[in-house]
Amino acid sequence: MEFHLFTNYVEIAAVILFSVGFTTLLFHQNLMKKIIGFNIMDTAIFLFLAAKGYIAGRMAPILVEGANDPALYINPVPSALVLTGIVVSVSVTAFALALVLRLYERYGTLHLDEILYLTRGEHD
Amino acid sequence: MALAHNIPFISIMITILAAVTSLLADKNRAARLCIGALTVVAFLSAILFAYLWQTGTSFTFSMGHFPAPWGNELQAGLFEALMALTFTVVMILSLVAGRERVVADIAPSRQGMYYLLCSLLTCSLLALIYTNDIFTAYVFVEINTLAACGIVAAKDTGETITATIRYLVMSLLGSGLILIAVSLLYAITGHLLMNDLLSSMTELAASGDYAMPCMVIMLFLAIGLAIKSALFPFHTWLPSAHGSATAASSAILSGIVLKGYIILLLKIFYRVFGLSFARDLRVADLLFVFGLLGMIMGSVFAVREKNLKHMLAYSSVAQVGYIFMGIGLSTDIGMVAACFHILAHAITKPLLFLAADGLMDVSGHSKNIFNMQGAARRNILAGIAFTIGALSMIGIPMFSGFVSKFYFVQGSFQNPDKMLVTLIVLALSTVLNAMYYLPVLVTLYLSNDEQSPHRHRQSANSRNYQSVMIIFILLNFILGMFYEPVIKALEQGLLMLGGAH
Repeated sequence: MEFHLFTNYVEIAAVILFSVGFTTLLFHQNLMKKIIGFNIMDTAIFLFLAAKGYIAGRMAPILVEGANDPALYINPVPSALVLTGIVVSVSVTAFALALVLRLYERYGTLHLDEILYLTRGEHD
Repeated sequence: MALAHNIPFISIMITILAAVTSLLADKNRAARLCIGALTVVAFLSAILFAYLWQTGTSFTFSMGHFPAPWGNELQAGLFEALMALTFTVVMILSLVAGRERVVADIAPSRQGMYYLLCSLLTCSLLALIYTNDIFTAYVFVEINTLAACGIVAAKDTGETITATIRYLVMSLLGSGLILIAVSLLYAITGHLLMNDLLSSMTELAASGDYAMPCMVIMLFLAIGLAIKSALFPFHTWLPSAHGSATAASSAILSGIVLKGYIILLLKIFYRVFGLSFARDLRVADLLFVFGLLGMIMGSVFAVREKNLKHMLAYSSVAQVGYIFMGIGLSTDIGMVAACFHILAHAITKPLLFLAADGLMDVSGHSKNIFNMQGAARRNILAGIAFTIGALSMIGIPMFSGFVSKFYFVQGSFQNPDKMLVTLIVLALSTVLNAMYYLPVLVTLYLSNDEQSPHRHRQSANSRNYQSVMIIFILLNFILGMFYEPVIKALEQGLLMLGGAH
């Protein structure tokens, strides 16, 4: 068991980072830190995917002349997934930042509890 | 290959093209473009459903005709076609009836964008329904989340923006779990297409390898999708998001957006893990417990609520509980009942939200129930519509809500372990439903308060709003009275989903 833990250290790091990001996104009250947590979480998944796609000693999946054997290259699918994931993550981050900006303009705070308190005052 | 096989792909393309081109149009043209495109998609989905009903087959469509391991695939059977048809029709009706409220609630410069988001939302729902590739499903889950948050935020008050950010944060937690589960699935099996995943999973189930990772993956997928479909106790974002948005958004979000994720979960059950392996992993039992709790707690929260839209939103939490309870029963009839309830709730909750909007219109736009005394006398059609929606949700015979409860009970008989608790919770939940809908109905039909400033106000709803209300009422009756063909279509559709052609 320890053997696997040492060989798969990148995956271990990815899982730890995922948990850090997940708990920050869930529990932190500061909206900016929530967004940072989200980015850590997604990056951890990309790290995991990249680690899964890498095969030691092989080349990047770009065809070089004279090397037509697929066994010379690493698996390109995880890299494609990471690229798609980055696009999704960037758009979500942009949207979240826009919302946070709007809230900050209106309430002058980034603290979610304070904002909830202020909106409650508005509508009762 | 029959021409009808192109319909899933064409439906998705039409909605995405409508979304892109509405950037070029002004706000009224954008609305017409969106509703026009959706009407075409609804028409095509009806043709697809009729074609599949006649031939009794399901099919896989290879995008760009690349063969399986390289190309992306769409899959359509009776279940998918029926859901696509219902979702598009509900979307059209909600947008048509909510048109005036959108004009009043949303700044003119943003109304075009609102319809863009609605086209995009339909596109992502259709893609979730039809896709045969789990990573494509993840991408469209994210598109769906962003578009859904967008139509909440469109109203641009402090309340809606706060609700949106809470919705977004919860959704992102769900997305994170889904993405890590998809990555783990790919790491174990090396596949992303559902057919290949199913054969790998069948092998793993037979050999007993990777039992623990498979369970974790199933758990992450189920919890991730449960957060997004507001299963208790992950429902905390729902009441403010659905309760504060403009009427059309509330109707769309409660009626169909929540269900898109449930359909993806069903596809994962049937097409990725295989139904028997998914049941062996015991995750369905967890969903069953959460579903039962949701049925009770959603209604308990609703009883305490004095804000009509928040009450309807909590009622959605309870109804999502019903659907997950049906899935968790792990019986064939329970699954059919859950799918039928997806349809029943999809046509009832938009009716309630839109009727509530009409009733608030004649009560000085107050959402508080006490200010709505006699509102049903001032806006008669909205009053009738609200009554029918409420009776259907309580489960009175003749309406769609009764049929799903009837099948939930039948489904529970097939599983003796879960029968007693299901029956007790169903009865309790029905009583609780009546406890919050009946007082509202009484208040709505009380004679006009002499002091009320609104007592002479007459409804000024457009023809469109009135026709949509009547269509929704008729749909509710049709689904409540002539449910047998629908049940039969769902039974066959679920068989097709499980791989029988």
